[in-house]
Amino acid sequence: MSATYTGPKVCLWTLDHADPASLATYVANGGYEPLKKILAEKTPATEIIEQVKISALRGRGGAGFPTGLKWSFMPRNYDGDKYVVCNTDEGEPGTFKDRDIVEFNPHQLIEGMIIAGYTLGAKAGYNYIHGEIFELYESWEKALEEARAAGYLGKNICGSGWDFDLHAHQGYGAYICGEETALLESIEGKKGQPRFKPPFPASYGLFGKPTTINNTETLASIPWIMRHGGQAFLELGKPNNGGTKIFSISGHVNKPGNYEIPLGTPFADLLEMAGGVRDGHTLKAVIPGGSSAPVLPADIMMGCTLDFDSIAKAGSMLGSGAVIVMDETVCMVKALERLAYFYFEESCGQCTPCREGTGWMYRVIKRIEHGEGRPEDLDLLMSVGTNIAGRTICALGEAAVGPVQSFITHFREEFEYHIENKKCMVGA
Amino acid sequence: MSLSAESLSQIDKEIAKYPADRKQSAVMAALRIAQVEKGWLANETLEFVAEYLGMPAIAVYEVATFYNMYDLEPCGRHKITVCTNLPCQLQGADTVADYLKQKLGIGFGETTADGRFTLKEGECFGTCGSGPLCLHNNHKMHTHLSPETVDKLLDELK
Amino acid sequence: MPLITIDDKQIEVAAGSTVMDAAREAGIYIPHFCYHKKLSIAASCRMCLVEVEKVPKPLPACATPVSEGMIVRSHSEKAVEAQKGVMEFLLINHPLDCPVCDQGGDCLLQDIAMGYGGVASRYDEPKRVVTEKDLGPLVATDMTRCIHCSRCVRFGQEIAGLMELGMPGRGEHTEVMPFLAHQVTSELSGNVIDLCPVGALTSKPFRFNARPWELSRRKTVSPHDGLGANLAIHVKGNKVYRATPVDNEAVNECWLADRDRYSYEAINSAERLLAPMVKDGGQWLAVDWRQALAQAAGALKVIRDTHGGSAIGFIASPRQTVEELHLFQKLARALGCENIDTRIDRADFAGQRDGAEWLGMPVADLNGLDRVLLVGSTVRKEQPLVAQRLRQAVKQGAQLNVVHVSDDDLLCRVANKLIARPSGLVGALAQVAKAVGAEIEGLGTVVVSEAAEALAASLKSGERKAVLLGAVAQQHPAAAELHSLAQAIARTTGATLGFLADAANQVGAGAVGCRPGQGGSNAAAMFAEPKKAYVILGAEPELEAWDAARAHDALAAAELVIVMSPFQGHGSDYAHVMLPVAAFAETAGSYVSMEGRLQSFRAVVPPQGEARPAWKVLRVLGNQFDLADFDQDSAEQVLAEALPEGEATVRARLGNGIAGVAVSHLHAGDGIERLGETAIYQLDAYTRRAPALQATADGQAGQAAAASGVLIARLGLAEDKPVKVRHNGAETVLKLVRDDNLPDNVVRVAGSLAAASRLGPRYGEISLEKM
Repeated sequence: MSATYTGPKVCLWTLDHADPASLATYVANGGYEPLKKILAEKTPATEIIEQVKISALRGRGGAGFPTGLKWSFMPRNYDGDKYVVCNTDEGEPGTFKDRDIVEFNPHQLIEGMIIAGYTLGAKAGYNYIHGEIFELYESWEKALEEARAAGYLGKNICGSGWDFDLHAHQGYGAYICGEETALLESIEGKKGQPRFKPPFPASYGLFGKPTTINNTETLASIPWIMRHGGQAFLELGKPNNGGTKIFSISGHVNKPGNYEIPLGTPFADLLEMAGGVRDGHTLKAVIPGGSSAPVLPADIMMGCTLDFDSIAKAGSMLGSGAVIVMDETVCMVKALERLAYFYFEESCGQCTPCREGTGWMYRVIKRIEHGEGRPEDLDLLMSVGTNIAGRTICALGEAAVGPVQSFITHFREEFEYHIENKKCMVGA
Repeated sequence: MSLSAESLSQIDKEIAKYPADRKQSAVMAALRIAQVEKGWLANETLEFVAEYLGMPAIAVYEVATFYNMYDLEPCGRHKITVCTNLPCQLQGADTVADYLKQKLGIGFGETTADGRFTLKEGECFGTCGSGPLCLHNNHKMHTHLSPETVDKLLDELK
Repeated sequence: MPLITIDDKQIEVAAGSTVMDAAREAGIYIPHFCYHKKLSIAASCRMCLVEVEKVPKPLPACATPVSEGMIVRSHSEKAVEAQKGVMEFLLINHPLDCPVCDQGGDCLLQDIAMGYGGVASRYDEPKRVVTEKDLGPLVATDMTRCIHCSRCVRFGQEIAGLMELGMPGRGEHTEVMPFLAHQVTSELSGNVIDLCPVGALTSKPFRFNARPWELSRRKTVSPHDGLGANLAIHVKGNKVYRATPVDNEAVNECWLADRDRYSYEAINSAERLLAPMVKDGGQWLAVDWRQALAQAAGALKVIRDTHGGSAIGFIASPRQTVEELHLFQKLARALGCENIDTRIDRADFAGQRDGAEWLGMPVADLNGLDRVLLVGSTVRKEQPLVAQRLRQAVKQGAQLNVVHVSDDDLLCRVANKLIARPSGLVGALAQVAKAVGAEIEGLGTVVVSEAAEALAASLKSGERKAVLLGAVAQQHPAAAELHSLAQAIARTTGATLGFLADAANQVGAGAVGCRPGQGGSNAAAMFAEPKKAYVILGAEPELEAWDAARAHDALAAAELVIVMSPFQGHGSDYAHVMLPVAAFAETAGSYVSMEGRLQSFRAVVPPQGEARPAWKVLRVLGNQFDLADFDQDSAEQVLAEALPEGEATVRARLGNGIAGVAVSHLHAGDGIERLGETAIYQLDAYTRRAPALQATADGQAGQAAAASGVLIARLGLAEDKPVKVRHNGAETVLKLVRDDNLPDNVVRVAGSLAAASRLGPRYGEISLEKM
């Protein structure tokens, strides 16, 4: 079997070119043509949204919400400012795809945001960039300057009489800002604490104005859809899961990195593309959708295809397509301790179950890892998790609980061994 | 206490990104710019930023303490932040972190006696495919770290 | 109007309501901590999670909007399980130190934990410890107890208008605190104590003094400004321990100004006058009531018989009750004296007035105003809770316009403002009058500035409008001209003219006729042309009078001064008889608030020592003169006589009209002048004797002289250093502080300040000199 994908790529195609990030490369390959066409023909917003709906593009940030539907929530006859916001606050362990779009195909993201701005009647757009990738904040600002100089941004875009501008907003170290309303708070210059919903951003968003927030990969897919049509995008993937998708694979593989492949590709193929499990080792477990997705043991994972529905059926989630691979050397208690610490450290502290519960879970897991576990700890962890999940303002509650409950469910004997023997089963 | 003309002009550029009555939106950028100039954020710097943006000082302090790349205490000339999160850990971050600690003779959250290095533990940088990773002074990322590349990096940072 | 079902109860609620609103309406209690009816919704404590049919996850009642046909279960197994889960989380890091916590017995967390908490904790890890924060002299902290509900932070942002507390940090490390060492300075700061659902923020002066279950709560009315805030006084063993608000939406809502909350300290002051005293050969002797009253009446009779009733001056505090002021004026008039007044801090009594000056509308209507012109009011300090209501109005879109002598930060958007030195205030208001086209004479030479035009345009638009005169306007040397101009502006623009009464019973004093009658002298005249004798009730003219020095000298020169007061004060310098009367909270009585609301109350504690309610003392004094109709048995009887139809009688006696005043003080002076408004905690005999209030930033500022940085530099003076203040031929030394809100050439030296009492009039030329 051959595990290479040779079909069209939506986002990372510029990597096949010498100067992937440049405006020249982008334009030479048809970049900004969809935008010019839309502006010249004054394509009605409803038609654009219809194409996005046909494409079955689902949000690439993790939740997989249909993008066309999301866009249709924006009030049409609103008398005031509206905004488009791009979420490049990629900070979930295992996720590193959006950074590559910003680094290697910034203009497609810019064009996607401009088309979104046009479609949604926005006055301006902001791209919120993860704090730790400051170099990409700078390079994207340069790309914006290029686009502005070329007349794609600012006043009277492409002679259409329409004004729109884009800006970058740099994060500075807070995972929670990847949550869309925390991100809005952060752009407003506050602590990044999620807002309760309703109201949703489409009615009360940035600066209290109607706002649509999409993931980087989602927005970067828009020019492709406009150019090739929604149907062509849909056909890249499978029904209800349109398009190719970037999978970020990390951990114990020979070639960690980003692989843009159609949704529905078997996991085994992706593993092969990434060079397989590191030499001399065997697959133990996979977290298929970023650290908040429940872990799946090797045998279950090897039977999955990479799309929203298949992974959900297996009891986890595709999330942002971040695949963390673990081989037989991994101590699941230690791995969970690190993830539990992450959610404890990154909890914004606003609502009770997450603020208090993430610290509680972390401390108990840490005790187990350090040989001070008690027999009742595992049931306690499951119960504390149940009291957090579904009771918080945002999804960080569930995100923190997912790893804890799934690690214990699938690898309970390892945890019990740790508690009983005060040492690790792996290598014992 | 004030900031340099260069810093102020950078802050003004950030302010211009947002609606005129939303200067507060530039607070994260202003603190970043101020920190680059001053090395860390002293109380008087926070107060200056508050005044410059027309915000209550406590609101600026909230922001400065919420995002973990701001330093509210003096730092070494070179702040090295190592990601130790799971993907990086699987790819060898613990080895790199231990090597750094041993080589610099300090733990996470500490500064070398000569004021040259501060070592910090970071959370996910969103660049896991290239781990182990570290950030130099928040803004420059170094990837695929190993004891050998760490040696080279430390030599470059005087 | 959606019809929804909560716990099997069907209820129709307004569209846009939340499940919590609906539950409250239906009388169903849903446990909560962060939710508060007056604050924005945080939905963060998660205690109010309820089950909503067809929704898989429990939803917070406080943030979930109702929809038609919604079925809510607040006490189902699923809801209670969620609530218990949250309760457990809240308790894991909460120190279970209830036995040593001031909030114990009065604690929302404790109460709800009784219903939803477990018997033993499953949490067996180290608990969080949080360092204490210094919030100043009023609010004590035990921050380890904080459950992060953020009510105190939202209060600052949304009600006080001043974000002094925040929640720096993230996650479990989030802590409520002010920015570093900054103390909390808001004049409404004490409200965070009531808002705090745990013992994290408690009253510093009350700390460790009593347990809530030992205290009985008794209602009364605050004696300070004219709002009439409703208080609960907490009493143990006949001693007052603290004061908290009683909810009254129409008056104070659920808030108190700090002075309402902490002035009770004065009741327990060491300065209380505890026995009747008479001066005998230059020595003060404590005597029994019979002797004191006989001596007082006898001496007064001699003066009256020798010089006539007009040789006596009757001066009362406008913070005495309706009953006391009624008997006070009745006694005076029975003795043939028409020299009766409570307005001792006023300078200008010109013109014909048509009633007791009042707000002109209900207090609650302030929130709904579209346009406001505030004239001569340092409103945050004069009327902390009125300022709060105006802030809410501005949030709803009202345009607040200001003509004042200081460019104070009102902590809300000000649409237009004209800031003038005190002597320029009439000129400034005249510009507005001219700009709106008011029909009033004497404005021919007035030049209208752009700012005045803009202000006038604001007043000409909008529907619900008010022109409000503050204490600075009322105490101004040309107060009658300001009143006339304000009246003309209000008439032309269709606004309501109102007075912000700065004393609890200022309106009541007018309504019961505690004013000079035919041929009588007003307060200023009584000191300008000294009387042979004075009868003083509750007032401290040597501090409070418009010209305190002149008042003191008049009293010192008098043949007889009878002082009825809860405090010894300076009466011992000039009085001949001192009669101890009940302090507030120690007597039954009534106040008429600025909106004409008659509020009666009972005594909550007996008077200290030999002190007696003043209405009883006045009645017996009347008996001493064998006067008719001085035989009332109760405060109620006195009230029935004073205001036969109660509030209706008050309403019939209200009036804000003025006539017969020519506008002439149009030109500002050019020297350095004094602004002698009363500082927030120098307001009255009680606030001056409340140590905690005096220790606050406002309390300290009130004791200093203030000038702009420009003036300080021009005079070669230094900030925060002592300075010699000369005024009216007298001098004193005060600390000089910088206040850049003041116009240049203006020095604020508070009236009613002991250290400045020899300086004379509250306004006029003043000079500062280096020490």
